Amino acid sequence: MSDSDTVGRPGAPGLARGARGGAAPDTAPEAPISTPQGSGGTPAQPPKVITRPGDKIFKALTVGSGVFVVAMIALIGVFLLIQAIPSLADNQANFLFGRDWDADPEGGLAFGVLDLLLVTVFSSVFALIIAMPVSLGIALFLTQYAPRRLARPFAYLVDLLAAVPSIIYGLWGAYVLAPALAPVSTWLNENLGFIPLFATGTSNLAIGQTIFTAGIVLAVMLLPIITAISREVFDRTPPMQVEGALALGATKWEVVRTTVLPFGRAGYISASMLGLGRALGETIAVLIILSSTTSHFGFSLFDGGDTIASKIARAAQEFNDPRGAGAYIAAGLVLFVLTFVVNAFARSIIAGHKEYE
Amino acid sequence: MISKRPVSVLGLVAAGALALTACGSDNNTPAGGNNSAAPAPTATTQVECGGKKDLVAEGSSAQKGAIEAFVAAYGAKCSGQQLAYTPSGSGAGVKQFTGGIVDIGGSDSPLNKDKGEVEKAAERCKGNPAWNLPLVFGPVGIAYKLDGVTSVTLTGEVAAKIFSGAVTKWNDPAIAAVNTGATLPDKAITVIYRGDESGTTDNFQKYLKAAGKGAWTKDAGKKFNGGVGQGAQGSAGVADAISAGDGTIGYIEWSYVQDKKLSAAKLDSGSGAVELGAQGAAAAIKSAKVKGEGHDLVLDLDALYASNTAGAYPLVLATYEIVCSKGYDADTAKAVKAFLNVAATDGQSALADAGYVPLPDEFQAKLLDAIKAIA
Repeated sequence: MSDSDTVGRPGAPGLARGARGGAAPDTAPEAPISTPQGSGGTPAQPPKVITRPGDKIFKALTVGSGVFVVAMIALIGVFLLIQAIPSLADNQANFLFGRDWDADPEGGLAFGVLDLLLVTVFSSVFALIIAMPVSLGIALFLTQYAPRRLARPFAYLVDLLAAVPSIIYGLWGAYVLAPALAPVSTWLNENLGFIPLFATGTSNLAIGQTIFTAGIVLAVMLLPIITAISREVFDRTPPMQVEGALALGATKWEVVRTTVLPFGRAGYISASMLGLGRALGETIAVLIILSSTTSHFGFSLFDGGDTIASKIARAAQEFNDPRGAGAYIAAGLVLFVLTFVVNAFARSIIAGHKEYE
Repeated sequence: MISKRPVSVLGLVAAGALALTACGSDNNTPAGGNNSAAPAPTATTQVECGGKKDLVAEGSSAQKGAIEAFVAAYGAKCSGQQLAYTPSGSGAGVKQFTGGIVDIGGSDSPLNKDKGEVEKAAERCKGNPAWNLPLVFGPVGIAYKLDGVTSVTLTGEVAAKIFSGAVTKWNDPAIAAVNTGATLPDKAITVIYRGDESGTTDNFQKYLKAAGKGAWTKDAGKKFNGGVGQGAQGSAGVADAISAGDGTIGYIEWSYVQDKKLSAAKLDSGSGAVELGAQGAAAAIKSAKVKGEGHDLVLDLDALYASNTAGAYPLVLATYEIVCSKGYDADTAKAVKAFLNVAATDGQSALADAGYVPLPDEFQAKLLDAIKAIA
């Protein structure tokens, strides 16, 4: 890894090549490669680009796959729009700012997505706030502190968390975590209830089907995503910088603070954003854990409610009427756009940093 | 290159999870049939087997367990004959039936004239009316968990007050008045309802409206309209939430009350408290009035829910089999008749164990008449 780093550095390779080429003309491997690239009009043998059937087929396949995935995303967007528009046209409430959801076509559609959107963002951000520092710790431990022998199996273990189906997380959250959290949430509610975040919500704390529980489960689901990407980024900290810091007498913590963290910050933030995108769309775990409610969302961790994804999943079994279904698809469109924006934001942070490529 | 592998793995996981959500959670798992002091399973009649080998049916998930029992009996009686049932929901059942995809539709509510379902069904049956045959009944329990209290009696009116938020404490005078002698704690009531749309909610709200003596001012419908409490996913979710809390109350099918060993409230419709069970439900079905014409056995549920027959437990969920009166081809007609015949006779014996109520004799006779008339 350190080799490729030095070769890629501008300035240095040019010097090396020139020096070598001049001194020893009989170093055969370098000369023929550099000549055709450097000067186009070599008279002896014009470079011939050889293509075999395999090249064409493979190129067609890769281009096809690339086009396919873009087309699919576009088609999903178009599908959502086409299905949602008739229902949106019939909607008697303000779609973006309405807080009540009535997608029963009998008696008129009146659905607003605001409450769903708030619960979605609120629970995901809460999960992110828990997951971000923990993942940072894991990633730093794996790349900087853990002995190599331990780091590898440990990293696999963390990655394994990503492979656990979300239904398992949901069941664990509802049947194990929710009752276990009851004393914690009751304590928070009784002692810190004056803070709106811990105010008494719409969900019974003894049962524990709260945003608090759901957020913690979501946080556990985010850990492997954020950790995996952050680990890769931290691993790429130029060794020269690390060694330089060490040479200046920096301690381990100072090395992390002065080289690893500044270098990896953008990657870490974009990893968190990718995690956020995942949390926003999480369906089945939230569906199982969170209780639905008939009241409005009150910005308390102890509220119940529905995220956009869980609301759609709850209703999906009884999609009989295209207009009723259209209302849910309109909500799905909002989620689609939201996750798209979050992911695009994450990618744009990475794109500004060529050293990650 | 930043590793994208975990993300793609997550994508697969998410897709799998989506596929899982598509499965219903309405499964009426068979319960131990210890308290099935039900009326004796009704007599076997001569069934003319034959016709189409593989019938297809689709619809309400509330009757899935009963249909499974019927299919087993059907296979035993007519060897080689089968029926495949997809529990995809009442709406889907009606749609697939009127579309001519399935032979029998299963639904929690009869065909709705206002939605044009009646005409569509007639079209599917080549101009003949479709019949709604209420073949599967199951009582719905008002289950609760209240530490230190073992017996609670409710009236329709008090239930309506609890589920609409007018009564919020267990020691409210309204509850105390129907539970004379019992000491009720000063605990808040947590109402648990079905967060997903469901026929159980629809029937429960209809019951509250009919039996609530005006205390239920909300609409019926598949969505809970009470405005209090917290929703849980599926009957199993409701049952779990009830047993996880203290001071909780909710409505679930009998089989779930049995499975989770919950306490269920007795219902007093004006002539004494009646326990949740096959006995009380059968008494209620016996007194049910049919409002459909001829062999179209649409039940007058409002009258059933509001009735005060002694010994009857009126909170009953009725699910229909929707069939053509005429218009099947000869093969299909023969098989449909054979299946329904077995279901209404041999199939009844296994029902109590699955949380359903075997048909009372009088009602069975009506159904068999209707089945005989299918041509």
